[in-house]
Amino acid sequence: MKKLLSILILIMIILAISANLVFAEGETPTQPKLDTGDTAWMIVATALVMLMTVPGLALFYGGLAKKKDVLNTIAMSFVTYCLVSFLWVLYGYSLTFSGDMAGIIGYLDKAFLSGVKVESLQGTIPEVLFSIFQLTFAAITVALISGAYIERMKFSAWVVFSILWMSFVYVPVAHWVWGGGFLAKMGALDFAGGTVVHINAGIAALVGVLILGKRKNTLLVPNNLTLVAIGAAVLWFGWFGFNAGSAAASNGLAAQSFINTNTATAVAALAWMFTEWAVTKKPTVLGLASGMIAGLVAITPAAGFVNIIGSIIIGAVAGFICYFSVTAMKPKIGYDDALDVFGIHGVAGILGAILTGVFADPAINEAGKGLLYGNPGQLWTQTLAVLVTIVYTAIMTALIFLALRIFMKVRVSEEDEIAGLDASQHSERAYNL
Amino acid sequence: MKKIEAIIKPFKFEEVKEALVLAGIQGMTVSDVKGFGRQKGHVEVYRGSELEVLFIPKIKVEVVVPDSLVEKVINAILEKAYTGSVGDGKIFVLPVEDAVRIRTKEKGEQAI
Repeated sequence: MKKLLSILILIMIILAISANLVFAEGETPTQPKLDTGDTAWMIVATALVMLMTVPGLALFYGGLAKKKDVLNTIAMSFVTYCLVSFLWVLYGYSLTFSGDMAGIIGYLDKAFLSGVKVESLQGTIPEVLFSIFQLTFAAITVALISGAYIERMKFSAWVVFSILWMSFVYVPVAHWVWGGGFLAKMGALDFAGGTVVHINAGIAALVGVLILGKRKNTLLVPNNLTLVAIGAAVLWFGWFGFNAGSAAASNGLAAQSFINTNTATAVAALAWMFTEWAVTKKPTVLGLASGMIAGLVAITPAAGFVNIIGSIIIGAVAGFICYFSVTAMKPKIGYDDALDVFGIHGVAGILGAILTGVFADPAINEAGKGLLYGNPGQLWTQTLAVLVTIVYTAIMTALIFLALRIFMKVRVSEEDEIAGLDASQHSERAYNL
Repeated sequence: MKKIEAIIKPFKFEEVKEALVLAGIQGMTVSDVKGFGRQKGHVEVYRGSELEVLFIPKIKVEVVVPDSLVEKVINAILEKAYTGSVGDGKIFVLPVEDAVRIRTKEKGEQAI
């Protein structure tokens, strides 16, 4: 009797568990739910990324420009942030993140953020917050390019270029990688924008300066290295929102991205400084700041995929290689990339994207498994994504410049260039000391 | 009367000033100036881009003294502005025809 009772109890337990399982399988998937912790962090992260463009990038670039071109350089970042802020809510967000047409582009159904309600969610955060977080990425990507073109491009031409480039280059590439397009389907890894932001901007910079032509005075004559140092530090600070915010949640992955970002940046700044110290016998402040940016860029695609060893190696490689890309490669090839947008963002972006395919550690993020963890295919996928971006961006940027040239003057006159763009484009000057 | 113009290294200015006061000068005019001598300028390097800066910051001290003080003032400057390295500066001695104190309208050596 006792044995029978035991068997009955056992059968009941098994039935209960099975029923539970059946119930669980048959249950409708749980509705996404807003997480206030994630939302709070993403509001902060978004504000941090905004800080990167204005004032971070504006001060960094502004300090590096010649004294007579400071305001124009700052204005290029300012106006781009304004333009992209406007166009993103008009159609940028929708075309990037709403649906997918053949892996190429999204739909226009969320133009003017229509249908994006206060209660709409993207994961565990409000969709409208996700939209503005992505807006800040689009804005800084376009603003980054300006550093290559400064001291010679008409302000009006830059405004039109910003509009066209964001629409025809940034939006599609961001869709391919982050909006469910063909690179995402291929499995390309880009945590916070190595391909979408930095390679994209770097290649546009290189192609643009080849078409624009050289300035009369191609020397880098910073008007205020204090502004440069402040700008670089603000960029580093804001980059925590850029990279750790790309986890889209306040969780361990965000924390790992945070420490990877900080580590790679510190190591890259040191790598640049010691390389420069060995080559020219002087460790410069501009070198430290430039190394920081190289590290920040290189770790961006990898921030949420690699472990701390990966971040150290990526930082060291970026600082070392980028030093030579701006001091040796640029003079040898002879293009006039005023503030080394290609030499730092392009080169470090390519390094970071490819090294993500080497160091992606599934223990950090199961979505990424690199060469060192038994997946050599990831390296190929990364390389392919890089090549696709390079080719597309190069062709489209060239076409945009050619189209611009038909309708307007793209360069200022020689007289205006020598007088400075602050006076000729804005009727202002930066310093009345 | 003579005007003595001395172009000196900025970090030597305090010593020179004290020595001139001890030598008995009644006043001086000082300016921040830029220039170059035989040493030429220096090279600044920004991301490997070399910028030649020809003009180096210096301080110009101008004093007008009676003829009797000229040697004393020159010796004071020579002693205090000297480092032995290139770029120590120059001393120029110019004749002064007259001097007028604006407040009292005194002229000549009375005015300096």
